[in-house]
Amino acid sequence: MPRKTQVQATINGEPMDFLCEPRQSLLEILRDIIGLTGTKEGCNDGNCGACTVILDGRVVTSCLVLGVEVEGCEITTIEGIAIGHTLHPIQQAFLENAALQCGVCTPGFIVASKALLDENPNPTEEEIRFWLANNLCRCTGYDKIVRAVQAAAATLQETTA
Amino acid sequence: MPTVFIPSPMRSLTGDQQTVEVEGSTVRQVFDALDQAYPGFKQRLVEDGQIKPNIAIAVDGEVTPLGMLEQVGTESEVHILSAISGG
Amino acid sequence: MSTTSHEPNMVLVNEEFDVVGTRPIRHDGVDKVTGRALYGADHDTVGMLHGSILRSPHAHARIVSIDTSKAEALTGVFAVVTGQDLPETNAGTMVDTGGGNVDLKYLRENILARDKALYRGHAVAAVAASSLHIANEAAALIEVEYEVLEYVGSALDGMKKDAPLLHDDLKTNELGEKTDEPSNVATHFQFSKGDLEKGFEEADVAVEREFENVTVHQGYLEPQVATALWNEDGRLHIWCSTQGSFVVRGACSKILDLPVSQIRVVPMEIGGGFGGKLDVYQEPVAALLSKKTGRAVKIVMTRADVFEGTGPAPASHIKVKIGAKKDGTITAAQAYLAYEAGAFPGSPVGAAGMTVFAAYDVENIVVDGYDVVVNKPKSAAYRAPGAPNAAFAAEQVIDEIARALEIDPIDFRLQNAAKEGTRRVDGPAYPRIGCVEVLEAMKNHPHYKSPIEGPNRGRGVGIGFWFNIGFPSSCTIMVNDDGTVNLVEGSTDIGGTRASIAMQAAEVLGIAAEDVCPTVVDTDSIGYTSFTAGSRTTFATGWAAYEAANDIKRQMIERAAKIWEVDADAVEFENGVFKSENGSTLSMNFKELAGKLGATGGPIVGRAAVNPRHAGGSFAGNIVDVEVDPETGKVEILRFTVVQDAGKAIHPSYVEGQMQGGSVQGIGWALNEEYYMDDQGRMANTSLLDYRMPTSLDVPMIDTVIVEVANPGHPYGVRGVGEANIIPTTPTIANAIHDATGLRMQRLPMNPGAIMEAAWNQRK
Repeated sequence: MPRKTQVQATINGEPMDFLCEPRQSLLEILRDIIGLTGTKEGCNDGNCGACTVILDGRVVTSCLVLGVEVEGCEITTIEGIAIGHTLHPIQQAFLENAALQCGVCTPGFIVASKALLDENPNPTEEEIRFWLANNLCRCTGYDKIVRAVQAAAATLQETTA
Repeated sequence: MPTVFIPSPMRSLTGDQQTVEVEGSTVRQVFDALDQAYPGFKQRLVEDGQIKPNIAIAVDGEVTPLGMLEQVGTESEVHILSAISGG
Repeated sequence: MSTTSHEPNMVLVNEEFDVVGTRPIRHDGVDKVTGRALYGADHDTVGMLHGSILRSPHAHARIVSIDTSKAEALTGVFAVVTGQDLPETNAGTMVDTGGGNVDLKYLRENILARDKALYRGHAVAAVAASSLHIANEAAALIEVEYEVLEYVGSALDGMKKDAPLLHDDLKTNELGEKTDEPSNVATHFQFSKGDLEKGFEEADVAVEREFENVTVHQGYLEPQVATALWNEDGRLHIWCSTQGSFVVRGACSKILDLPVSQIRVVPMEIGGGFGGKLDVYQEPVAALLSKKTGRAVKIVMTRADVFEGTGPAPASHIKVKIGAKKDGTITAAQAYLAYEAGAFPGSPVGAAGMTVFAAYDVENIVVDGYDVVVNKPKSAAYRAPGAPNAAFAAEQVIDEIARALEIDPIDFRLQNAAKEGTRRVDGPAYPRIGCVEVLEAMKNHPHYKSPIEGPNRGRGVGIGFWFNIGFPSSCTIMVNDDGTVNLVEGSTDIGGTRASIAMQAAEVLGIAAEDVCPTVVDTDSIGYTSFTAGSRTTFATGWAAYEAANDIKRQMIERAAKIWEVDADAVEFENGVFKSENGSTLSMNFKELAGKLGATGGPIVGRAAVNPRHAGGSFAGNIVDVEVDPETGKVEILRFTVVQDAGKAIHPSYVEGQMQGGSVQGIGWALNEEYYMDDQGRMANTSLLDYRMPTSLDVPMIDTVIVEVANPGHPYGVRGVGEANIIPTTPTIANAIHDATGLRMQRLPMNPGAIMEAAWNQRK
């Protein structure tokens, strides 16, 4: 049996530590060891974005990150997007704009969108589509997702103005 | 009398007629009447007292969930179709 | 990338209601935007093991022997199963799983192969182990000896006289009559109407073309997953991702030879299906492993397994010939449809035959259809199954004839449009339908009226039809003392149906959508409910909710009568208020009465089980503008409009969502998606990188118009909407490419290489 490594990282603002085998991905650790099942697996080779998390400020597909790589890192998953008991404006916008149908790609889109709006608070439609091009959605055709991100950007601009 | 629309592959049984009128107030009765007039008709459609799988019966344009039990009116049309569902 | 000088989403409302037609936030929304909603892979139980399936690397091979000893010896492995572990009872009978009729022998063989591997990806054995990594290692240690056979790679190949046979006992079925010789052609059917020869004699112009569709996949983001626990009391519990929990129950019952009462299926939230999750794949395998180990076993498909081991949409070879008079009347139409069923019979070629000319009123039609087995995964349903391939052919020939006659393509379709009373080739006459209304909405849309400017740009239009189905659904509603209600139903929520079902109940009861709390429950907890597919859920389960709500209304009226000491006949319910004239006017609203139930006799529960007729067919049309790069062949979608008749849009946002989603799947189907098969019958592109589905960067906004031609059979006029919208997309894009380049694309996908090749061939 492969020897496990102890890893310490901050997940959604909370310091955590866990044991993992060298071959286990961050996605596996989040879902199977820590129990944060909001991050989803669609392909396990970085091509669908359902496993998107924010790692030290960067948007990554957690299926392509090894657990042992995140020692000392800060990770944000879908479970860390809401602000306490209140939905983040992006989450609210997805609901109001019906930007989800089956919902399995939604956590990845919300995390990726948050990273976008953190970096570029007023993106054009093209910039939104480019940023989100690594998140596949098979149900919505992207129209309402893009509109939700535009609406969230507008809301965030209002509250910070 | 109800009218039965005969699918292409079965018209050899009915002397090439595309439609046939027969008596009957249920699909079962209609099929029995057809089988009397054109022997061999029923066995193409019915097995063990039930409509064969992959075949659907439509009465007056609607596929019936009742199969042979479906009621048929004097002006009704009966169609024999492929069973379809969806995706 | 897209113009916004018009209304991007229009609803041509036919009737106003209080709740129906509004856009409340879906009841399961918060769980889905916070990651709390539980999908199949999120389910865990104590002591659960992980399963891995070993699949055939060969497209066609005899299985000589399977040696599982090395796998069983690996530490951490608890059990191994093969096809030998499946029962053989009732083999050769046709069984109804609830998802259609299938041969039980074929159904079992697809779960785990017996004598032959019939496609690359065919499941051959499975392992249960303490971790997925160990299970995968163990599967690789199973030694299978194959005798590789020549494979059948296409329908036309399968129909050749000397083609290798997949099944020694398969004989062609010609409407209930089997032929004598074994064949790869499982079924041949023919529909005919009028006199085809005469029809073509009357035509001034006739066009005949051949078209090829390749295999494509539904592409749901969530792979199939199932956890099975075969308990010591004999009960089998399954948690899975499925479009139909009762179908899983029915299928496992037949496959495992277990009564349905011994099986409980819990539908987890589902990450997409589109028809691909109507069948069982690993559920029975997980069950067998659970029985052998005494533990729960979870099997999650890898993405490669999803491509190679589930059910893609069939490739096809189609010929269409249409003839018309100079004045624009179509006089004759003929289609030849050869569909790949995959390894076992059952392609949707029948539905293709019924829909190919369904948008047109033509007197003389002949359609021949062939269901052919080939060495590929058994095909499964994909959004209006069978129809998109047929439309890719027919709508392009229609386009060519309109051009030859110099008639506007929408006007040409309007002139020949199917209407109430038009007879389809398969026989039935249409009830009230919205074909004309959809075409008129397309013609009047700002998109169609706007000019196309610039080189290499073109516009196409197209239209399609899907029947939609009814099938059974059940619903129970319980009144809470605060005037809210709990609604229990069994339709997996793929795209907002909890909301649309709850809204129909709310409309009857005169309460807000937010005051209905809907839940989707397992097969022990609700009456039989058919699958979430066939564009049936809002229609049929909605109807069950409507009836259950009316059951409540009746009981509440009786209770009000009791409270007021009048006859039930003297009580009316209107706009959410119970009223009785009894000297003075007595009145209570729903909430007030709900608060009194406990003290006046007890709780009220309403229920209904329906199997509704009058499912209304839906027409959908597209207008698409493209630009084709002459140097690379890349097609850019400049503008896209989809129009669909929904009868009545219960929740317009989710109807728009269906229209947009189907359209973008159609765009992928048109421009990029294919099973790229190598020279050994293997799919070479089993990843989402190379099986190229549209990303957000590949498509513009998808503008929508919901037309409402009420379905006279449904209480609110609902027509199913999930499927028809994918049908016109591939031919509309092909028509646009033709308009831009003069190239008539007869093969899908129309990727850059295909366009360049067509351009070079044209220049020769």
